Amino acid sequence: MSRIAARFAALKKEGRGAFIPFLEAYDPDPATSLALLRGFPRAGADLIEIGVPFTDPMADGPTVQRAGQRGLKAGATLPGALAMVRDFRKEDDATPVILMGYYNPILAYGSERFCMDAAASGVDGLIIVDVPPEEADEIEPAAKANGLDLIRLVAPTTDDARLPRVLAATSGFVYYVAIAGVTGTRSATREALEANIPRIRKHTDLPIAIGFGVRTPEQAAEAARISDGAVVASALIDTLAESLDEQGRARPDTVRKVLDQVRALSEAVRKAG
Amino acid sequence: MNTPLSNSLRQGPDARGRFGPFGGRFVAETLMPLILEVERAYESAKTDVAFQVEWRRLLTHYVGRPSPLWLAERMTEHLRAGSAGSELGAKVYFKREELNHTGAHKINAVLGQILLAKKMGKTRIIAETGAGQHGVATATACALFNLPCTVFMGATDVARQQPNVFRMKLLGAEVESVTSGAATLKDAMNEALRHWVANVHDTYYCIGTVAGPHPYPQMVRDFQCVIGDETRDQILAAEGRLPDALVCAVGGGSSAMGLFHPFLDDAGVAMYGVEAAGRGVDTKEHAASITKGRPGVLHGNRTYLLQDRDGQIIEAHSISAGLDYPGIGPEHSWLHEQGRVNFVTATDDEALEAFQLCSKLEGIIPALESAHGLAHVIKLAPTLPKDAIVVLNLSGRGDKDIFTVAHHLGVKL
Repeated sequence: MSRIAARFAALKKEGRGAFIPFLEAYDPDPATSLALLRGFPRAGADLIEIGVPFTDPMADGPTVQRAGQRGLKAGATLPGALAMVRDFRKEDDATPVILMGYYNPILAYGSERFCMDAAASGVDGLIIVDVPPEEADEIEPAAKANGLDLIRLVAPTTDDARLPRVLAATSGFVYYVAIAGVTGTRSATREALEANIPRIRKHTDLPIAIGFGVRTPEQAAEAARISDGAVVASALIDTLAESLDEQGRARPDTVRKVLDQVRALSEAVRKAG
Repeated sequence: MNTPLSNSLRQGPDARGRFGPFGGRFVAETLMPLILEVERAYESAKTDVAFQVEWRRLLTHYVGRPSPLWLAERMTEHLRAGSAGSELGAKVYFKREELNHTGAHKINAVLGQILLAKKMGKTRIIAETGAGQHGVATATACALFNLPCTVFMGATDVARQQPNVFRMKLLGAEVESVTSGAATLKDAMNEALRHWVANVHDTYYCIGTVAGPHPYPQMVRDFQCVIGDETRDQILAAEGRLPDALVCAVGGGSSAMGLFHPFLDDAGVAMYGVEAAGRGVDTKEHAASITKGRPGVLHGNRTYLLQDRDGQIIEAHSISAGLDYPGIGPEHSWLHEQGRVNFVTATDDEALEAFQLCSKLEGIIPALESAHGLAHVIKLAPTLPKDAIVVLNLSGRGDKDIFTVAHHLGVKL
């Protein structure tokens, strides 16, 4: 069983949803982002999403855009992100790690070689924002051959006619984009989520996690209760960004501040049960 | 009898929106259903007689088509005088797209797309713009059709294209200044895509070039083919034969594709796409995606891109805001690999020189974009025999550029 499947199965037994924090690789520097990655599981992360910086992140709002720019300035590359995961795997063999990013850096690396190296580095799943099911043959065979889950985004705009096609191309879990919009802008209402998640469930047995606009412990608890997991990204990046000095460098308490927030979010998700 | 057209270069794209390996639909899931909706609407519009009649009516009575094909006699004589022999120096014709309403070719495809948006029941229009020509064209069509319009424009371009910014505002459009990245055309397109994702229910994205996800490269090309179709009729009427060479500047490449496409299967017609070499293709400051880039995925399609080893996109540079883009339409990438279109370059300085020469010899102030095309004609025509015919797509007029040019010539306005 893959780490992702094992983790969701275990959480199901516990009777609660997953908490999935996000960090942008190399934001604001490699050491800080590695410290965050290592600190996430103890602070309550059930799965971890790592963003791979790209110059033109067309689905991201200003917060994640700036995180990507800081990461690129600090020298982030796809090989660099894989190296972070290898370091992380030295001490954690259980927490699933998902890389989220855009296709061009993968294409530049070579899709097949990338899937091989990602799996060998301890990556469990990929979210490639700009490769919809229509273009799946670009990466699906290599991902499958290397045991990597291809986690797909389902959006409020994904109608019932289209859902089966998207879900058929999905493994690991379904990432429900809660709003028609970019990351870190608006939040979905509970009513909208309560209507949409069962709509997706009718078509799949895969776990469903909710992201985009999940910011507070209350929202995370609610999202994890309605679905099977909550992804929090922009709210954590905001905390990181606010903690930086005038030159954009990490301060001594940057890691602690972000991990405290991870802890608060994860406790809320656990209590929501 | 139908003959199979397996040798035709005019059949693309395939059902996946691919021209060979290029093109496609590389967008986030949020946009995917809408992209499919645009494709369905466009497929039905193609065979909708009322739609086509209305578009043609607008082209004739609002845009002022057909645009003239002008024999540039003084330019021809000038280039002959500078050629190496008395038998050299091709006849140079200008396809006068700069005479269109709004001053460039952009309006051709904008009107088609606005009609499509109305057909789809969309009530708001967004667009990206570099030089501002596409923004002005979109704002114009939105004024005509009483649709609210928001134009995304990089802050750098807002600063260097003030006259067009003011025009768009006069026409009732909102201009959103985009500050991310280098704040030019690429960043304006990112921001327009983000805005579209958040407003898919009522908004149509009017893309200005033959790039973006399928069906945009095909749709914008089809609308712009009016340029090449007219040119074909006009040159046959004037010369009784097809031209020997077509020349056009390429940024995204909509004016070039519109001129080239109707001639793709005429083997005797050579084609030159002129990329912006900025300060030189061996410097870091240029916009020559095919000459110096390699295939990648950006803005919904696979095409030649300026990118570093790690697949990060490199900022383009050109004196011409309309060419300042690190990619090119996917069909151009394919025609390049097929060897059908020759991609060459012209520097900022060469374009500035062509800009001035055209003004003095022909009484036509060309857009800096078109001046890149002319810069190649200036190199090419003197090498061809006197009875050869070269057609330049004079895609836009240069009124918007006089401040930039004055600045580069050290003149204070």
